[in-house]
Amino acid sequence: MERIKAIIIKEWREVFKNRFVLFTVSFLPIMITALPLVILYFAGSSEGFTGISTADLPPQFESLCGDLGGSDCMLYYIVTQFLLLFMMVPVIVPMTIASYSIVGEKTTRTLEPLLATPVTTVEILVGKGLAGVIPAVLTTWIGYLVYAAGAYLMVSNSAVVSKLFDPLWMIAIFVVGPLLSLMGVSISVMISSRVNDPRVAEQISGIFVLPVVGLFIGQMTGMILVNETFILWLAAALLALDIILFYFAVQIFQRETILSRWK
Amino acid sequence: MNNTPIIVTEKLTKKFGEITAVNQLTLSVQRGEVFGLLGPNGAGKTTTVRMLAALLIPSAGEARVAGFQIGENDQDIRRKIGLLPESPGLYDSLSAEQNLAFFGSMYGIGNIAEQTQKYLELLGLWNRRYEPVGTFSKGMRQKLAIARALLHEPEVLFLDEPTSGLDPQASRLVREFIEDLRGEGRTIILTTHNLEEADRLCDRVAVISGHLLALDAPGELRRKLFGRKIVFHLLEANQELAGTLERFPFISEVQVVDNKIMAAVENPEKQNPEIIRALVEGGAELQFVGELRRRLEDVYLELMEANEDKNHGKN
Repeated sequence: MERIKAIIIKEWREVFKNRFVLFTVSFLPIMITALPLVILYFAGSSEGFTGISTADLPPQFESLCGDLGGSDCMLYYIVTQFLLLFMMVPVIVPMTIASYSIVGEKTTRTLEPLLATPVTTVEILVGKGLAGVIPAVLTTWIGYLVYAAGAYLMVSNSAVVSKLFDPLWMIAIFVVGPLLSLMGVSISVMISSRVNDPRVAEQISGIFVLPVVGLFIGQMTGMILVNETFILWLAAALLALDIILFYFAVQIFQRETILSRWK
Repeated sequence: MNNTPIIVTEKLTKKFGEITAVNQLTLSVQRGEVFGLLGPNGAGKTTTVRMLAALLIPSAGEARVAGFQIGENDQDIRRKIGLLPESPGLYDSLSAEQNLAFFGSMYGIGNIAEQTQKYLELLGLWNRRYEPVGTFSKGMRQKLAIARALLHEPEVLFLDEPTSGLDPQASRLVREFIEDLRGEGRTIILTTHNLEEADRLCDRVAVISGHLLALDAPGELRRKLFGRKIVFHLLEANQELAGTLERFPFISEVQVVDNKIMAAVENPEKQNPEIIRALVEGGAELQFVGELRRRLEDVYLELMEANEDKNHGKN
């Protein structure tokens, strides 16, 4: 445990001195929190949606809105739509950190002395992984709380705001978010073991954000309904995927290959 | 130095695909010995060190380090050894102290602060401990990397090209530090291209080029390859005097160079008095006597040349 803690602290000391990483890690959560707040500011009351009935919304939304009327349901639709954007933060942030921390070790040739110590591969990967996951999850949670507080202040209908604290979104933010983070880190570790430039690793890892974007678009277009059942299945699938991906990340992180082929 | 081998390799081999980097290397290193691994670029020195440091898995053969089998007890081996790789591999954005503290945690040592202070002071870096390593000179970085390798007080220290790229002053400091370490009874495996350095520091050297070409103390290697040449400085040397020496059965070669007579003598300690007597009786005015000291570089080049000839012969 001490070794993992030392790796996490070392990673933070190193990675956050890289301005690009610092920018990516801080800019994305700020943007994703600020953008919906600005939109909410201009559409903060349901008065702007007067005349909208639940029939005008995707049919599956009716079940989610419950007792809310058409205009309030529309507002709830907008408010919750952005919550899915928050799911991108725990994927992108750790990918950036992990890409730089692992490929960085490669380029600065610090891996050899590290691998010559009694530290295990699992300790290295858990340490490096958590160094990416912790800030990603924390920024996601902080962003969510800021957004919820902003929504509380800007949306007049408290019934709409209270929907932000539904079990659906609690699971999404506090369970699915960390699981997505773990997925991002494992993918980055695997990609980092095959490339020599952190930017390349980050760009390739970026492809794996697409499913989250797809989820966002799917809900927006009504193709997917993100309800409690969906999010629970998603959490279960991610948990299984994380275990499989971490197993492969450990397998791919071959000390010998790293030393003899990473140049 | 005691006579217990701390490193034993038996036909140790490493292949990377079709390329054999190390071929059937058999050697043993005694506890407390400073052991040099010499050879040209690509000779397999770093690969050998990496196998012994449990970083690479041997393709064939076996090795034991500090009583542990490579490939079976790698974690135990890593606890017992310290490694200075070819490149210092330090975290530039961390301070010297943070670098050592991190590696101290990796080794799981309990007194990190004490050990950090000990080695930073010993290597003259204590006053720079809070500065980022990125601001350090090459010599300072190398010293810090040596401190890192020693932090957990390893039994065996692997130093891969410790003075490579350093200025003469920094090289000297590192060499002196290695000499100090030798005094502590630590086993040191030194790979270097600097043959003068190896000659000065190493108790024994192994000359390798994929496989083992020679293994012995530098002095013994000189003796084996070139014999021992004694130089007799005379007021005036001539062929007649040289002829008086040729009759001795223990002298294999006699040469006259200026006012010197050089003779290849089997056992100078025993046979020199007899030779001196013969020279004086022959009318020589002897000024002084010395031994022609071959450099380790001569030994190395001779071995490499012989190896090349052998390889060409095969082809």
